[in-house]
Amino acid sequence: MSRIGVFVCWCGENIARTVDVNRVVDEVAKLPGVRCAVNYKYMCSDPGQTMIREKIAAEKLDGVVVASCSPHMHLKTFRKAAQTAGLNPYLLEVANIREQCSWVHPDREEATAKAIELIRLSVAKVKNNHALEPIKVPVTRRALVVGGGVAGIQAALDIADAGYEVVMVEREPSIGGKMAGLSETFPTLDCSQCILTPRMVDVGQHPRIKLYTYSEVEAVEGFVGNFEITIRQKARYVDITKCTGCGECSKACPLKKNKSEFDFGMGTRSAIYMPFPQAVPARPVIDKTVCAKLTRGKCGVCATKCAAGAINYEDKDKLVKEKVGAVVLATGYKLYSIGKQDGPVAGYGEYGYGKYKDVIDSLQFERLLSASGPTNGEVKRPSDGKTPKNVVFISCVGSRDNAKGLTYCSKICCMYTAKHTMLYKHKVHDGQAHVFYMDIRSAGKNYDEFVRRAIEQDGAKYYRGRVSKITEQDGKLIVRGADTLAGEPVTIEADLVVLAAAMRPADGVTELAQKLNVGCDQFGFLMESHPKLRPVETNTAGVYICGAAQAPKDIPESVAQASAAASKVQITLSSTELTREPEIAHIDERMCAACFRCYEACPYHAIEKAEVRSRKGELVKRTARVNAGLCMGCGTCVSVCPSKSADLEGFTEQETYAMIESLL
Amino acid sequence: MNLGYYPGCSLHGTSDDYQQSLKACFGALGVSLTELDDWICCGATAAHTLNRKLSIALPARNLALAARQGCDELVAPCSMCSMQLKKAQRAMAQDAALAEEMATIVEAKPGSTRVLNLIDVFERVGLETVKTAVKSPLKDLKVACYYGCLLTRPPEVVEFDDCEQPESMEKVVEALGATAVAWNYKTECCGAGMTMANEETVLELSHKILADAAAHGAQCIAVACPMCHVNLDMKQAAIEARYGTKFGMTIYYLCDLVGLALGLTPQALGINRHFAGRNA
Repeated sequence: MSRIGVFVCWCGENIARTVDVNRVVDEVAKLPGVRCAVNYKYMCSDPGQTMIREKIAAEKLDGVVVASCSPHMHLKTFRKAAQTAGLNPYLLEVANIREQCSWVHPDREEATAKAIELIRLSVAKVKNNHALEPIKVPVTRRALVVGGGVAGIQAALDIADAGYEVVMVEREPSIGGKMAGLSETFPTLDCSQCILTPRMVDVGQHPRIKLYTYSEVEAVEGFVGNFEITIRQKARYVDITKCTGCGECSKACPLKKNKSEFDFGMGTRSAIYMPFPQAVPARPVIDKTVCAKLTRGKCGVCATKCAAGAINYEDKDKLVKEKVGAVVLATGYKLYSIGKQDGPVAGYGEYGYGKYKDVIDSLQFERLLSASGPTNGEVKRPSDGKTPKNVVFISCVGSRDNAKGLTYCSKICCMYTAKHTMLYKHKVHDGQAHVFYMDIRSAGKNYDEFVRRAIEQDGAKYYRGRVSKITEQDGKLIVRGADTLAGEPVTIEADLVVLAAAMRPADGVTELAQKLNVGCDQFGFLMESHPKLRPVETNTAGVYICGAAQAPKDIPESVAQASAAASKVQITLSSTELTREPEIAHIDERMCAACFRCYEACPYHAIEKAEVRSRKGELVKRTARVNAGLCMGCGTCVSVCPSKSADLEGFTEQETYAMIESLL
Repeated sequence: MNLGYYPGCSLHGTSDDYQQSLKACFGALGVSLTELDDWICCGATAAHTLNRKLSIALPARNLALAARQGCDELVAPCSMCSMQLKKAQRAMAQDAALAEEMATIVEAKPGSTRVLNLIDVFERVGLETVKTAVKSPLKDLKVACYYGCLLTRPPEVVEFDDCEQPESMEKVVEALGATAVAWNYKTECCGAGMTMANEETVLELSHKILADAAAHGAQCIAVACPMCHVNLDMKQAAIEARYGTKFGMTIYYLCDLVGLALGLTPQALGINRHFAGRNA
């Protein structure tokens, strides 16, 4: 016979106003197996909890039902109290008589009857409950950071400085990301390279950071605390351990006219190249699509010039495995394609991007402004190298545009466009910047002041309106737009047009996210677990996100978010084992028919195909098995199992049927 | 190949030369046209500015006729007509109640006839077929391909080429051995029906088109719309007088150029009936 205690809470007047708590106590005390029933004004308060503890001890209770608010609110509180009194916490249940009863029913008589029913259900369940022990999962105390832009760099350094090992994987030949190519940064106009490159060096030299550049995440296995990552090191054709970074190979390479990715096509590079002089690692890579030796078997000049013997034309992709306990995704962004269709996003044919050489995007303009850029920081237009005297900037190209498929605001364009007009004016004193905008969004510390400075001190002309068409005539770009504040059309003869294109997630993020079971929104940005309270967590335990991969954001925000993700990683790695709730699925391997419907249905990939073998090693049977580290306790496997061998701890079929029977 | 033919008002009126060219050119390509029996006006600008239901009912009746007459593919050589027909199809496809109402109004059910513009027909025949049929390639001819407003717009209705930087007409012209020039005004408005109400506007807009084509080295302009032809060809003398310039720009229907390359005479194609350029 059970010895169950029922504790009915008044919740001040919240419950007691509609539910006759005294009658409830009288009625439920009569239920079979109920040893005692009491009520109290605030069961969650210290005296209330003390009452529960004392009754457990005095009445030697083996099960407890607290009839109160939603279990989301105080289940943990009450279970903790039970545990202090020596009762296994999973032998305590909450009957929700507030949200599901007193708050939603006006009639006192009916509400009281319903409260009694709800408690009866919980009593039936708790009689069938059994003690559960939390699951312990060992933790590999190192982290993976995917992406070596400013967000990834910040996250990696924070985690490594806290004492944990970090594996960083970067797709490009160097870390640094988009920020390494920027000129100066708003709102302080400090040089982007000057603030970033020392951080890149810190990553390269950190004793606890293992850097894989020109590499991608190939596969992910395991779960929080125990991920195994397969990394593809793409063939670089240069042994970076032998190479000294002297640069003789690039100087000797005869194929110098390839568009530089780092300069967004504004400059050129050789077939063997270092993306930029401050690259980390400062090692070159051979572009196998253009190298004459690799495409046609002719040339080989770089190998003859390399004193270190680091060139290896036979290099192949390598797969390496790394074990980590947590993952940070910091894969960043790319710019919207503007001129052409890209997936679901239509092109902006009317601006002639890709057709007119002097219509460029904002990252290309950054390279024209940058001291490390193809023009050494002089503003020269691509078509003829002349200094442009009239430059038109168009904001919201692709952003906030339903017709083009991107409804969101890219957030940083208003600020960098203001910065562009300012830097342009500082370099070309007799030049005039014109900006077409929809709204100026400059929320942030010293941001609006910055935009005002661009307008008032540096004389940028702002027109509120859109540009309908850009055409070319006699070496000028004819920009036709509207000034909706003046209510008239505007035509500007420009020498250069800069398009502030929308930010989109980097290529391949969706595929990477799938490998980690992380969601993406409709635009492909990585999904956070909760937009307000869990902004850097994902729905996969142990996987965190930061930077522009989550949504468009600027450098300060990316860095702040990266530090947030790093602190979450440190919590995960702070102990040698993780404790997980034991309310997960288990499979009765004696009954399992190995149909693996559960394997197909499990949204968390927590079911494994296992084999049961005899002592001699002979195969006895195949069976499904739950990985306790991955299972989130959703119960999908239970509902699809045809042989009833899957069950969910804490919500077993026996418990559920007992509840149903108690109502019949 | 036999295709249904919806001439619309223009090709039976002011643009009879277009119809002559079309029939001659298609005939040489082995495409015969069966004119829709009892067709009515597509509604043009007038209907859809005044009454939406009327603007859908008029094309809907023509589509219903096409369905009843077993026409799977219908050539509408006027950009306005083909756009209005497609617009009505789209409206009815998106709104079942509207489709039902239209079936009651026009007393028949509009089918799923595919509406083709002039360029569609050449694509339908196949550019390779056109290329092999060419007898006298238009070598050294520099053509500005002019699409006007409605051939590519509204993009969600006509679903034809890139609405801002189309290339399909250039492909036809190049199949004939001619050179398509890169220019700026291929999708700008010629002034269209304003030619009746406010000629000044048409002169200004069409002047810009002619001037840009000339500035980019075009010797002629190819069009695929009767309205565009009227404004650029018939009004060219007035434009020249108004702006004190001399373009002498021949305005061809796209089928004129195809016909010439296939070895047809200008007379057979009705090119001698044009006003401007080498006929002037």
